[in-house]
Amino acid sequence: MHYKTVFAAAALAVGLALPASSGTMDDVKAKGHVQCGVSQGLPGFSNPDQSGNWTGIDVDVCRAVAAAVFGDANMVKYTPLSAKERFTALQSGEIDMLSRNTTWTLVRDTALGLDFAGVNFYDGQGFMVRKDKGVKSASELDGASVCVNIGTTTELNMADFFRANGMKYEPVVFEKSDEVVAAYDAGRCDVYTTDRSGLAAQRVKLKDPGAHMVLPETISKEPLGPVVRHGDNQWGDIVRWSLIAMIEAEEMGVTSGNVDDMRKMATNPATKRLLGMEGDMGKNLGLSTDWSYNIIKQVGNYGEVYERHVGPDTPIGLARGPNALWTNGGLMYPMPVR
Amino acid sequence: MTDAAPAFERAPDLPPPASTVGVVGWMRQNLFSTWYNTALTVLALWLIWEAVPPVVAWAFVDADWTGSTRDACAREGACWVFIKEWFGQFVYGRYPIDERWRVNLGAAILVVCAATLFFPRFPWKAWVSVFLLFGYPVVAFFLFSGDVMGLIWVETPLWGGLFLTLVLAIVGCVFALPIGIVLALGRRSRMPGVRAVCVAFIELWRGVPLITVLFMASVMFPLFVPEGLTFDKLLRALIGIMLFQAAYLAEVIRGGLQAIPRGQYEGAQALGLNYWKAMVLVILPQALKLVIPGIVNSFIALLKDTTLVLIIGLLDFLGMIQAAGTNPDWLGFAVEGYVFAGFVFWVLCFGISRYSLHLERKLHTGH
Repeated sequence: MHYKTVFAAAALAVGLALPASSGTMDDVKAKGHVQCGVSQGLPGFSNPDQSGNWTGIDVDVCRAVAAAVFGDANMVKYTPLSAKERFTALQSGEIDMLSRNTTWTLVRDTALGLDFAGVNFYDGQGFMVRKDKGVKSASELDGASVCVNIGTTTELNMADFFRANGMKYEPVVFEKSDEVVAAYDAGRCDVYTTDRSGLAAQRVKLKDPGAHMVLPETISKEPLGPVVRHGDNQWGDIVRWSLIAMIEAEEMGVTSGNVDDMRKMATNPATKRLLGMEGDMGKNLGLSTDWSYNIIKQVGNYGEVYERHVGPDTPIGLARGPNALWTNGGLMYPMPVR
Repeated sequence: MTDAAPAFERAPDLPPPASTVGVVGWMRQNLFSTWYNTALTVLALWLIWEAVPPVVAWAFVDADWTGSTRDACAREGACWVFIKEWFGQFVYGRYPIDERWRVNLGAAILVVCAATLFFPRFPWKAWVSVFLLFGYPVVAFFLFSGDVMGLIWVETPLWGGLFLTLVLAIVGCVFALPIGIVLALGRRSRMPGVRAVCVAFIELWRGVPLITVLFMASVMFPLFVPEGLTFDKLLRALIGIMLFQAAYLAEVIRGGLQAIPRGQYEGAQALGLNYWKAMVLVILPQALKLVIPGIVNSFIALLKDTTLVLIIGLLDFLGMIQAAGTNPDWLGFAVEGYVFAGFVFWVLCFGISRYSLHLERKLHTGH
């Protein structure tokens, strides 16, 4: 998109004009908190709760980083950002990290001067239809009218998908998600398309959620993850390994509930390394030895975070799917902590 | 005489004229006077019949009022429980709950001071006005943001809700007014340099939409200052809104200045008043009085325009309502939220407009 070019040019200009600032890690320690950019409200990812705190799986990445750096997951301050200003906020140093359901793409990773620190949610675009339509697959959607948000990559992905499959469709576009859902619910279109996590959340808003189903096809890859500034590798490492530690903990079976016991009794060398009982993992990151213990104790492992915010027992009710551990057939594959 | 002259006979009575009094008369005159008026009346009645009962049923009859969770909203109608449960957030945003008294205190000081100005006999009006214009913003700033006198610091990203909306609108308008007056005078100045600067400023800011101003302040501005040097986002938005509003007010006030007859300017000069004295003592009091409707109009427009700060990630009243609607436990109550927002904005704007009518009547001295 056009504004990205502007951003890139401006970011480049700023980058050339200035010497590299001192590391984000030093700034964060001096400030005493992690300034984390989140969304203005995306169910299960980052949304306010009734006491004014932010919750969600994106928020928990920020909390994990704070736990690793300060030993206290609450030493985070949140900056709600709109989609348009999120990268500027990071580039300009207004925030230390961005954890705002941001898709990892080549352009963002390179031209925008950003670095992605990992993936905390594998999303992808899907379709929702009424069960009584009798549609079983997205390839049967020829001639359907599709409700979609205007000006999003969702709209472009959908166009690509229908064109690639030689099918006709009729887009019914709206500006806001609430409008799209209302139109779909009122029967103004046959199909509603957005990211699968979004479909799950928006489904709750329908009059009769049980009368709708999500088709099996996923037509785009949306790996969402935390973002840091390019060139600040120490800080990037801390964010990356904070995320990995949560996933690794799940693989090792370490939870916020049993982490204290595990610390005393674990025999598995990998678990011992993760919990800081062997090796110099914390020192290599420039953190204390109990950095990962603090993450797991205060925030939980990845599975706990997932279940807490978007899992089957929440109103959003998303099965693990691609976000299951690699040992369970998912894509969550933590790099070895050693 | 067989052919007797016909006896005097009364002509038959004319029918009585159509009633023009009473309910029937009024209806006949206003609703059914011609066939097309009758058709319009019937159409309007049908529309009301179609629209009003469902709305009343949704908003009142079938609505859920009690409870504290989403499960309390099982009925067909509106779920006002959502508004009730989130009301504190809608008003204060994410301002810490234990510190909300500071917002209340700030609002109370403002209301009490403003209220004294309503009483014609209140003796220290001038002092209160001076305090409101110069002292209050400082007091309010330190009260709201803290970090002095043992108050904990509440950074501006935590400001939100109706509180933030009012901060934006009031600061935007109060600070824009003096700038606007200066700009209006500057535009009518005989000094070409001053005039050119004022014209350029006004036309530039009036020529761009507010959303662009906010976007520049939030997205582009940080890219042009050194990395690490960040200005508060709220402050950036406030300055943008203020300058934008000043340009509009300048044109409103210029309209008032032009309406003052030339004799007033000459009279002031004849009294030996210099430029500023002539303006402050003679011209501006008359001009500003004339443009009260215009100024209030701008203020109402600004109050509603502040909702645009949503696009730069400030959670104002409307933004907070939308954010609350994304809580997984409260999905699906967007309509209630928007109706509530509309209602509150209507109450505020209607109040302002009534106040401006009162002001006009009070200051009306006839010209």
